[in-house]
Amino acid sequence: MKLLLEHAHVEGIRYYDTYRKHGGYRSVEKAFKMTPDEIVEEVKKSGLRGRGGAGFPTGMKWSFLAKPEGVPRHLVCNADESEPGTFKDRYLMEFLPHLLIEGLIVSSFALGSHATYIYIRGEYAWIVDILEQAIAEAKNNGWLGKNILNTGFDCEIYVQRGGGAYICGEETALIESLEGKRGNPRIKPPFPAIQGVWMRPTVVNNVETLAAVVPIINNGGEEYAKIGVGRSTGTKLLSVCGNVKKPGIYEIDMTQSVEEFIFSDEYCGGIANGKRLKACIPGGSSVPILPANLLLKTAKGETRYMNYESLSDGGFATGSMMGSGGFIVMDEDQCVVRHTMTLARFYNHESCGQCSPCREGTGWMYKILKNIEYGKGKLSDIDLLWDIQRKIEGNTICPLGDAAAWPVAAAIRHFRDEFEWHVNNPDEAQNRNFGLAHYADPIHIPAGA
Amino acid sequence: MKFSAEKLNKVKEIIARYPEGKQKSALIPVLHMAQEENGGWLSTEAMDHVAELLSILPIEVYEVATFYTMFNLKPVGKYVFEVCRTGPCMLNGSDNIIEYIKEKLSIREGETTPDGMFTLKPAECLGACGYAPMMQLGKHYREHLTKEKVDAIIDECRRNAANNN
Repeated sequence: MKLLLEHAHVEGIRYYDTYRKHGGYRSVEKAFKMTPDEIVEEVKKSGLRGRGGAGFPTGMKWSFLAKPEGVPRHLVCNADESEPGTFKDRYLMEFLPHLLIEGLIVSSFALGSHATYIYIRGEYAWIVDILEQAIAEAKNNGWLGKNILNTGFDCEIYVQRGGGAYICGEETALIESLEGKRGNPRIKPPFPAIQGVWMRPTVVNNVETLAAVVPIINNGGEEYAKIGVGRSTGTKLLSVCGNVKKPGIYEIDMTQSVEEFIFSDEYCGGIANGKRLKACIPGGSSVPILPANLLLKTAKGETRYMNYESLSDGGFATGSMMGSGGFIVMDEDQCVVRHTMTLARFYNHESCGQCSPCREGTGWMYKILKNIEYGKGKLSDIDLLWDIQRKIEGNTICPLGDAAAWPVAAAIRHFRDEFEWHVNNPDEAQNRNFGLAHYADPIHIPAGA
Repeated sequence: MKFSAEKLNKVKEIIARYPEGKQKSALIPVLHMAQEENGGWLSTEAMDHVAELLSILPIEVYEVATFYTMFNLKPVGKYVFEVCRTGPCMLNGSDNIIEYIKEKLSIREGETTPDGMFTLKPAECLGACGYAPMMQLGKHYREHLTKEKVDAIIDECRRNAANNN
């Protein structure tokens, strides 16, 4: 089932004429015959949940938008994709820019945004050109600008390049950055829906979320809600990386089991180089890592599926999260300590420095993990790490603190033996060839996979 | 560093994207322009020029320039290799690539070759995890890196530099 990537492989789909020929911009025509409130209702009915990571219902977020008289409102597209393991929005923008523009026009109309901004991470420099070209094409064909299709609705879309900061994916940090400031998250409330960019009511949505508005309007919210499972409606893009045969972008309707997703040729094609599956981080680097046995089956022994509910089955004790859909797969030779160390370095580098638990704690965690990885750790360091992450979680203005704490907690929870091995075998830990995690207890592919 | 008339028009065009009086919003886009104009880094002079253009205090520019990783506050080489080393790239051997570049160019992380040609700047996740290991070089990504590809990229840069002189 493909909704977003249906035409992804059509030659020239990046350009307006081809995109239009394949049914592009129909949702705008349809939306303009509806009232803004009716569009919000359709999105509510679709059950669409934010695709950036948090999974908050999009229709509900839209309905929170304040509409005070005489105050302009803004839609901001969050294209600051920076969560390690996540590269799906890049694919959408690079190959299907008009799908995003189309979703943005419909959403801008629904929310009453006359100036809509795409805040894109600064490193995606060449994609800025692709988007600006698509915007120019859309404008030349009357889909943007003044009095669009004689509806009296005016809308402009601007691309804003960031400066290289993971934190700007957090919506209030993104707003600060869009205002030309450091990306320090704001204390909520007030929420952006009340006071966002330039203190005006603002909705911030992820690229994939806004692209999904197109099939929702085309087919109706109820039809969209029929796809998927339970509260995981519609389709989700997964960006797969790590040690699989076929890394890349996959669109799924969330009915697949994790086992099918990893091992079938339709998706990841199994583990690369004939190795065995050791562990996986299923939703971007912030979500808990799961060892193979808990990944494929829940703690109750039930099959685990690729959707929001099933991936989080068991809570953090034995489950994980769908998150952003950044699916990181590790083979039997990979070292969980080293991997966790790189993530700790990442969060330490990306902490904005506003809250002490995150600013100091991420640095401590990185230092301790580095010591353990390079054979200079103590057994008590493992408990110290646990203590630090526990004191970061929930004690910061924004979720970066949690995002930094969870990977460390989960790595210790499920792979404590590897941390202990590093401490107990310092010479080997220091001298071993990179990638040769011979101490790892290899987990076999379950029968039938 | 001062912007040309053409670049000044571009700055005006960017400022026009925001509501009246909110020209500070143009800061990051204009800093990118200034960095490009100034040989890949932001001098105090360049930042002061940007402050003047946007009618904001120099400190407002400095605090932003120091926050965002993409802004270099010291001179860099003609070609900056920003090699990702975060988890997913690490799983696919980015450490070996970084070691190889260090050895090949005889520089450490963050350093520039004595001829001013190359800078090695290890980077955190650049959103190319499925195509790891990778580096950013200028505006574009170089993906699925191997030692051979690194050799070819270095040769390509040297050739381009020779042709441009």
